[in-house]
Amino acid sequence: MREVEARSGARVSSCLQCHKCSSGCPIGPETDLLSSQAMRMIHLGMEEELLGSRGIWLCASCQTCSARCPMGIDVAGVMDVLRMMAVERKAALPDKARGRHFHRSFLGSVRRHGRVFELEMMAIYKLRSMDLFRDMDKAPKLMKKSKLPLLPNRSRSAGEVRKVFRNARKEEER
Amino acid sequence: MRYAFFPGCSMEATAWDFGKSARALFKALDIRLEEIPGWVCCGSTPAHSSSEGLALALPALNLQKAGAMGAPVMTACAACYSRLRAANHRIQNDPESRKRAEQLTEKPYDGGVAVHHILDVLVNHVGRDVISSRIKRPLRGLRIACYYGCLLSRPPGIVAYDDPEHPSCMDGLLELAGAETVQWPFKTECCGASLAITNNDVVNRLVHRILSMAALAGANCVAVACPLCQMNLDLRQDDARKAHGDFPTLPVLYVTQLLGIALGLSEKDVGLEALTVGADKLLAGAAR
Repeated sequence: MREVEARSGARVSSCLQCHKCSSGCPIGPETDLLSSQAMRMIHLGMEEELLGSRGIWLCASCQTCSARCPMGIDVAGVMDVLRMMAVERKAALPDKARGRHFHRSFLGSVRRHGRVFELEMMAIYKLRSMDLFRDMDKAPKLMKKSKLPLLPNRSRSAGEVRKVFRNARKEEER
Repeated sequence: MRYAFFPGCSMEATAWDFGKSARALFKALDIRLEEIPGWVCCGSTPAHSSSEGLALALPALNLQKAGAMGAPVMTACAACYSRLRAANHRIQNDPESRKRAEQLTEKPYDGGVAVHHILDVLVNHVGRDVISSRIKRPLRGLRIACYYGCLLSRPPGIVAYDDPEHPSCMDGLLELAGAETVQWPFKTECCGASLAITNNDVVNRLVHRILSMAALAGANCVAVACPLCQMNLDLRQDDARKAHGDFPTLPVLYVTQLLGIALGLSEKDVGLEALTVGADKLLAGAAR
């Protein structure tokens, strides 16, 4: 709990278990970890269950929980930290943790071009996650509307972005 | 009035129609938008889910560039807006975060560059009087469900310029443009955002729920101000119907497209051809 609180800046210990966060959560029906349950599991130090849950990857970061918490806990910020900890500690990622592959593919594209190159990002994501055929009908539809360019829209500051990524990596290694 | 415009990645790809209509709208209002030279991705959800450092430094890089232009930042994308504001908030209020952003970007930044969303600029800077005096083609016959989504409303302390649970600024603007707006309870419900990529079944359920409610409230179209909301609600109507049952087809337009049309811009000027669910029939009633 101490690590989660320090990194997120959220006072998880003040959670009253009122469940207001969970009742407004858009992924309630699909998740295996409601946000109020996550708060309680942090209290109880149930690291393995938390970091191995599908729920932290199903969270859409809509921040409804953070906005409504009567104790002012940034619940969505806690979810961010749990995702980072799951990756850092190489927790056994559940099969629905495709979010991790998406995040890596997205950030890789930003590192290379300074901006997201959607077509490349999606191709790499599909290969990483082996989630090959989901929504394949969407690509031609988007292309027809010129919404999926074939070339990256490179930033002229792509070099500065690479530097930021390099510095962030060095910082994380420390 | 002059703004440092932060387009964001979507505005030049999956939401080019949002970018095009926003630029055309501001040109029609005689407000200068200067694109931030060499702007880079804000990092979006992947950054704040993966690295505290990137979530601070990528927005800071853009805000440093905007600072050199000496103008407040305006962005149309709800997600970029939210990330730029969140980073600014941390950099202003937490010395540790400021130090970190400065170390990672290797440049000083105190969090002092103001960041505005396009709706905030239209309502609070441009103002109702200016907009209503320029309406040339009132949006008659439109009954609009204004959908604000998540990132313009939450977290309230960081982003909100409107009521976080029951926002009304978009409604007000479109009423000025001659449209009716409907009262409905899902103005700030989440569409599932980038879960569209990883868990589209969740998004189909949410899209079904949101659009069914909009139709039930009597809307004949939806107005949005976020690229991901638009894509999910527009592109996934068939999938949502297949998975969860029938609901009326609803065009989903950017608020900038609707206002642009009302200000007399052409369908092409605001990129209406980019919509999956077309709006030709809907707009046929609006007087030319």
